[in-house]
Amino acid sequence: MSAPGGGIVTRLTPGVAAAASIAAFLALWQAVSRFGVISEQDLPAMTTTFRELWSMMQTQEFWAALGRTVRGWALGLGLATVLAVPIGILLGSSDFAGRAFRVPIEFLRPIPSAALIPLLFLTLGTNIRSEIFLAAFGAFWPLLIQTMYGVRDVDPVAIDTARSFGVGPLERLYRVTLPSSVPYIATGLRIASAVALILAFTAELFMGIPGLGQIMNVAESFGLTNQVYALAVATGFLGLAIYVVFSTIERRALRWHPSQRPSSA
Amino acid sequence: MAPRLAGGGGAVSTVGRRLLEIRHVSKTYGSGDSATHAIADVSFAVDDREFVCVVGPSGCGKTTLLKCVGGLLAPTNGDILLRGTRVTSPPEEMALVFQEYGRSLMPWSTVRNNVLLPLRHKKLTRQKRNALVEEALEAVGLTPFIDRYPWQLSGGMQQRVAIARALAYQPAILLMDEPFASVDAQTRGDLEDLILRVREEFAITILFVTHDIDESVYLSDRVIVLTHGPTEVKASIDVDLPFPRDQIATKELPDFAHLRGHVYRLINREQVESGEELAATLKTATKGDRP
Repeated sequence: MSAPGGGIVTRLTPGVAAAASIAAFLALWQAVSRFGVISEQDLPAMTTTFRELWSMMQTQEFWAALGRTVRGWALGLGLATVLAVPIGILLGSSDFAGRAFRVPIEFLRPIPSAALIPLLFLTLGTNIRSEIFLAAFGAFWPLLIQTMYGVRDVDPVAIDTARSFGVGPLERLYRVTLPSSVPYIATGLRIASAVALILAFTAELFMGIPGLGQIMNVAESFGLTNQVYALAVATGFLGLAIYVVFSTIERRALRWHPSQRPSSA
Repeated sequence: MAPRLAGGGGAVSTVGRRLLEIRHVSKTYGSGDSATHAIADVSFAVDDREFVCVVGPSGCGKTTLLKCVGGLLAPTNGDILLRGTRVTSPPEEMALVFQEYGRSLMPWSTVRNNVLLPLRHKKLTRQKRNALVEEALEAVGLTPFIDRYPWQLSGGMQQRVAIARALAYQPAILLMDEPFASVDAQTRGDLEDLILRVREEFAITILFVTHDIDESVYLSDRVIVLTHGPTEVKASIDVDLPFPRDQIATKELPDFAHLRGHVYRLINREQVESGEELAATLKTATKGDRP
C-alpha cells in the first residue's frame, strides 16, 4: 500500500526540511566563530571542530573510549530494564503495591542523578561500577513509570475476555498484559536510553572513569578546546545513533498500535 | 473429515434438558448509603439447545447479570447452576462474546492467534488446535482473513472473529452481551442470520442479551423481559415462530408483529411505571420541602 496522499513533494519535505535545518545550524556556527561574535579561542569554527573529530577518529584511543562509553551505557540501561520492567509490572498490577510505594518512589525520583556522584566516590569508587550505577539509576525511573502506566492501561474488556476463557493469571500476564504494555515500555526505553547515555558520560567526565567523558576532561584541563568540541559532537552523534535504533525498535513494537497503522478510509 | 466442535466435550445432551439455572440472583455494588442495587432478584432457567434472549430497558443491569452468569462477577446472593454445578469462576463449558469486539480482540495478534487464545491452555494436540481454529473461522466465513490483524477488518468481521473464538472453545452455552449493538443495520441482519446458522451447526445453547426488541423476537425460542433496575424478571414469553427464520418473511408474519408488540408493551409499561414512580418520589420530595 502506498502512503496516503503520497505526492513526491510531501514525501520529500521532511527530509529536505531536516537537511536545511542542519545546514542552517552549521552555517550559523561557522559564522559566529569566524566573524568573532564568540572568539575562536572559546568556540572553534565548525570546520575546525569537524577536522579535529576526523583526525581523532584515526586514533585507536578514540574508538577504545567510545567503546567504553557504549559499554557503560549498555550495561546501565540493561540493568535498569531488568529491574524496572518487573517492578513496574508488580506495582502497576496491584493497587495496594502501587499505593504503598508511591511515596518512596516520588522521593527518590526527583533526586538529580549527578547528586549521587559524591556518594559514589565514597562507595563504589572511580570505576565502571559507578558509571553503570549512575546510568541505571537515571534510566530506571522513566522505564518504571512507563511500565506501571502501561500495565494499568490494559483494557479491562481484554482481561475479562481472557478470564472468561479460563486463561490463568500467569498466561494472562504474558498474553494480554505484557503485549498491551509494550508500546509504553518501548517509549520508556527510548527515553531511558538517552538518559543513560547522558549519565554514563557524566560519570566519566566527573569521576575520571575511562571513556569519552574522561578524554574530554583531560582535553579541557590541557586547554585543547578543539578536542573538547569534537568530543561533544561525537557524543551527539552517538546519541543520534541510539535514538535512531530505539525509535526503530519502538515503531516495530507498535506495528499493531493505532498510532502506527496506515490511515484507512 | 473435520473434527466436530459441538457437543461440549462429548457430554450427553438432549433437547429439553435443563442446562443453566439462575436462582434468586441479586447483585449490590458498594454498601451502606452508597450501595447500588443493580439486580434485585432474578430467576430463570435455560434448557439445552435453547436460544433465550434477555431484554430490558437500558441500564437495567443486563450486563451485570451476564457477568454473574459467566462467573466473572460473584452475585451478592443466589446461585448460578450449570448442569447442576454452582458456577464460582468462568466454567469451561461457557464462552462469552462481548459487545466491544474492538476491545475484546487482541490487536497485536492475528485473527488466527486471537481464535487460538482460549485453546492454548487446553490439553489438545497442535493439529487438533489448528483444526478447531480453522473450522470455527470457516463457520463464520473468515477463512481468507486468518492471517490478517483484527483492525484490518470491518466491525462486523471483527465480531465474527469474536464469535469464531467462542465457538473454537467448544462451549455448551454461548453468552452474548449485546453483540450486534455497535454495527450497522445491514451487518446486524447478516450477523443475526449467522448466529442462527451457527446455532444449528454446532447444536449450541445461547443466552443472548439485547436491548433490541425486534432482534430478541427474531432470534429466540424464548424472550425474558426484565424490569427496570433493581432488576427482576417481568415476563417469560415463548416465541413459537417457525424455523428457519428469514429477515423478511419471518418479520412479515402476524405472529411476529404480535409478539413484538407484546414485548414492546411490557417494556413500555415498565418505563412508564418507573417514570411515574420517579414523578411520585419527586412530588413527595417537593411537598416535604414546603413548610
